[in-house]
Amino acid sequence: MKAPVSALAVLAALALGLPAQAQEKVKIVNVSELSGPGATAGTNWRNGIDLAVADVNAKGGILGKQIEIVHYDGQTNPGATRAAIQRGIDEKAVAVLGPVFSGPIMASMQISQRAGVPQIVGGEAANLTKQGNPYIFRTSLNQADAMPKLANYFRDEVKAKSVAVVWVNNDFGKGGRDAMLPELERRGIKVAADVSTEQGQADFAADAIKVKNANADAVFVYLNEEESARFLRAAKQAGVDKPIVGETTLLGAKVIELAGDAANGVKGHVGLSVDAPVPAFQEFGQKYQQKFGSKPDHNGLKGYIAVHMIKEVAERTGKLDSETLAKGLRGARIKPSEEPGILIDTKWTETGDVDRESFLAEVVAGKQVIKTTLPMINP
Amino acid sequence: MMRRIDPNLIAVLLGAGILWFLPAGFGNYGLYVMALWLVMAVAALGLNLTLGYAGQISLAQAAFLGIGAYATSLLTVSAGLPWWSALLVSGGLCFLVGILLGFPALRVQHHYLAFVTLAFATLVHLVARNEQWLTGGVYGFANIPRPSAFGVKLTGALDFYRFVLAVTLVLTLALWWLVRSPWGRAFQALRENPVRAASLGVDIRAYTLLAFAIGAAYGGFAGALYAPLVEFIDPGPFALSASLMLLLMVIVGGSGYFLGPFLGALVSIALPEWLRFTGGLYLILYAAVVIALLALCPQGLSGLMARGLAALRARRRPAPALDGERP
Amino acid sequence: MDQLLQLILSGLATGAIYALAAIGFTLVWQTSQVINFAQGEFVMLPAILVLAGTMGLGWPLWLAILVASALFLLVFGLGFKRIVVDPMIRHGVLPLAIATMALAILMKEGAKDAFSAEAHPFPALVPTGNLQLLGANVSLRDVSIVVVAVIVIVALQLFVTRTRLGRTMQATAQNPTVARILGVPVERMIALTFLINAGLAVVASFLVSPIYLAKFSNGEVIGLAAFIAAIVGGFNQVRGALVGGFVVGLVDNLAAAYVSTAYRTAVPLALLVLVILFKPEGLAGRKEERTV
Repeated sequence: MKAPVSALAVLAALALGLPAQAQEKVKIVNVSELSGPGATAGTNWRNGIDLAVADVNAKGGILGKQIEIVHYDGQTNPGATRAAIQRGIDEKAVAVLGPVFSGPIMASMQISQRAGVPQIVGGEAANLTKQGNPYIFRTSLNQADAMPKLANYFRDEVKAKSVAVVWVNNDFGKGGRDAMLPELERRGIKVAADVSTEQGQADFAADAIKVKNANADAVFVYLNEEESARFLRAAKQAGVDKPIVGETTLLGAKVIELAGDAANGVKGHVGLSVDAPVPAFQEFGQKYQQKFGSKPDHNGLKGYIAVHMIKEVAERTGKLDSETLAKGLRGARIKPSEEPGILIDTKWTETGDVDRESFLAEVVAGKQVIKTTLPMINP
Repeated sequence: MMRRIDPNLIAVLLGAGILWFLPAGFGNYGLYVMALWLVMAVAALGLNLTLGYAGQISLAQAAFLGIGAYATSLLTVSAGLPWWSALLVSGGLCFLVGILLGFPALRVQHHYLAFVTLAFATLVHLVARNEQWLTGGVYGFANIPRPSAFGVKLTGALDFYRFVLAVTLVLTLALWWLVRSPWGRAFQALRENPVRAASLGVDIRAYTLLAFAIGAAYGGFAGALYAPLVEFIDPGPFALSASLMLLLMVIVGGSGYFLGPFLGALVSIALPEWLRFTGGLYLILYAAVVIALLALCPQGLSGLMARGLAALRARRRPAPALDGERP
Repeated sequence: MDQLLQLILSGLATGAIYALAAIGFTLVWQTSQVINFAQGEFVMLPAILVLAGTMGLGWPLWLAILVASALFLLVFGLGFKRIVVDPMIRHGVLPLAIATMALAILMKEGAKDAFSAEAHPFPALVPTGNLQLLGANVSLRDVSIVVVAVIVIVALQLFVTRTRLGRTMQATAQNPTVARILGVPVERMIALTFLINAGLAVVASFLVSPIYLAKFSNGEVIGLAAFIAAIVGGFNQVRGALVGGFVVGLVDNLAAAYVSTAYRTAVPLALLVLVILFKPEGLAGRKEERTV
């Protein structure tokens, strides 16, 4: 039978001819926490990136080139993260994405700085942008910018005269606590308890009891997602009935899922959320849910935005090399009208910090509900 | 009668020569992994002395690594001292701490050193994390400078790798000399037959303590190399789990064999890298390989190789077979 | 005052979990000189298996629990003994201990890759809610955990001291050589110990996972705590593990509340060092005679 043989020949010719038709690619490397304490955050971040890459490539890529994305596991370990980023740079990535946790970011920033490659991270610790490193760029608000907003909330809305502070003893949690305490003091609010907890801690009974007996007017919780859920449950068990206030990590979808009804009534400041009254966020949330079967937390949004930052700056400058990208990102302002993938009007400062609107939210009946929108710091 | 040259010495010198030129074409990442391997091997060498030669289980080797790393960082960054003095201080400090820890522990009961080192390892990790004024706490210590040797700043990956290699060589030779000396033989006597050693007048406690302290000092030396290699330290890599990994390295390499630590560290660091193409499965494969290896040959890789060599020799010379040569 | 009562009760609840893990650990050590570094992972895995059944295969809870428990007992009770322990036991204590360390990595990474890297809620199998006791808010869950643990341990103790099979097992633990001479089927007794250890791990897992949330990394903390509890309590007595577990749980919770929470994890270890320096056989252990 002749037909199959000729079909085979055609296929063979196509296969041989394909490399010649292959498009040039843009290599981006993502190093995030796919194992260890940061696995939840890192996985969300990676999924957001994958979604963004699929979207961008479907629309023709960046400057006509398809994005080739490579994911490495930093294991929430500074040494392993460093090595992975070094590897990505060795492999000629034009930009590096991640990590999300502040510790691994601090450990690896030097490498991208030395190589002159922009590194777009998901971390919120304040000291990331205080190192004088011009190649680091955030995708979410600096802790140091979020804390004054929260402190105002304690003073004005909650009307608390004393607050019990629960924080995780890593650089994310300590950074938040170190940023919050002076803000509370400045507003005449007493710190009734200062409770440090371990990263990955599972048993919060003693901490919850300690908080209960501090008898503060409110509780400020600054833990990573899963620990937040565990603490909320322990707090409910211990009978903590005062307002519990936190940041995005306390009000995330995963936390609500894990804590069940212990999460109801929790309030806080949210930087990025798919429940915010921003249609672009909600649309992203639906696309993510469709592709990955679960609701994304703010890290998914960060990852999505990171890829589009690169796309927009590359298209503005017409060039795709690391140095031009970094220069273009510093002091940039990207609006959704220019690049819909950026999802919300965002400004970047010379230090790589982010300035954009944020929200005050509350968990009501198992859902995150946005109550107020807060403006940019420098609109 | 001509003295036989120790095959270990030949292996070390030959190995150093090969390793000097081998990675010249590697990228920054490859050189980093090689340098990390050598640093971990130094720490494992120390633990091997404590465990393999003196028969004591120490669960604090990573803590000594941490002490060395923090001491070096503080001395080179805050005090501006040259790296060489930091190296000596790191080793000396760990030696002293080893003596302090070991003295009461060994006084009580022979195997309670394990528990004391367990507690010590946790304490060191906590102090490193909580005492921000001293160690930078959870924020860690950033921008640790690379040292200069003979006026040349060693920031380049290949330069620094060769520097690490040179220091490792010196430390290995020093240990080789120690093991071949009468002291080393006393250590071995401790492991083989402590009761007989005591009856021959060997002060068991003193020699055990010495072995532990020297092992700790090598942990400190490794830390002094680790800090400028990674250029950033935080308490994470010095936790209890890291000490357990070092123990794993020594056993897998072959406890009591001189070059065991190099093999063990190689497997521990390189195998996950080689298996990375399997995606997330590399840790599982690594663990499975370790279990299989230990079931097959509890003397680790060195034991396997010794068995192989003995089998070869027996084939060549059908005369009474030698037992596998143990250095 | 009511803070103290609450802390004591939650400490006892935590301690009950540690005790369950520590008892199995001690039993296994006594009968076969195996230091099981994977004990924590043993407590982590059954809950993950149940969730794999309910979430992955859509089974009803009771079926998942039944199958997961049976599977776990088979694989990590008998299977563990046959495949890991038996080939290696003649080589000595240390290589086997290292092998269990590798097994712990295997179990942890296996759970992470095969099931999920994230935490998942686990259904509480004991009643929840609070009740008022002496003016303090007492958690029904904590009380139930302590009750369940005590029942299990008392049952075990009765089995070991009152039944023929139990006494044979104890004899094997105390002196395997003589037991063998007396015709005791030592191998079978050892296998029984491993089965009991797996069973205790299953119970501990179902009690602790609703609180800790089922996650592949749960084993780390529990493993270390079980180890400390076993030694503090007394490595040569089952009741030692019980005492040790409760002591460690209490000390841990009280330390968190009254001493700095930043140094919380060091306190049980400090206790460990003090105990072995001043009472090396453990708080409830029997003084060991040295055989020359």
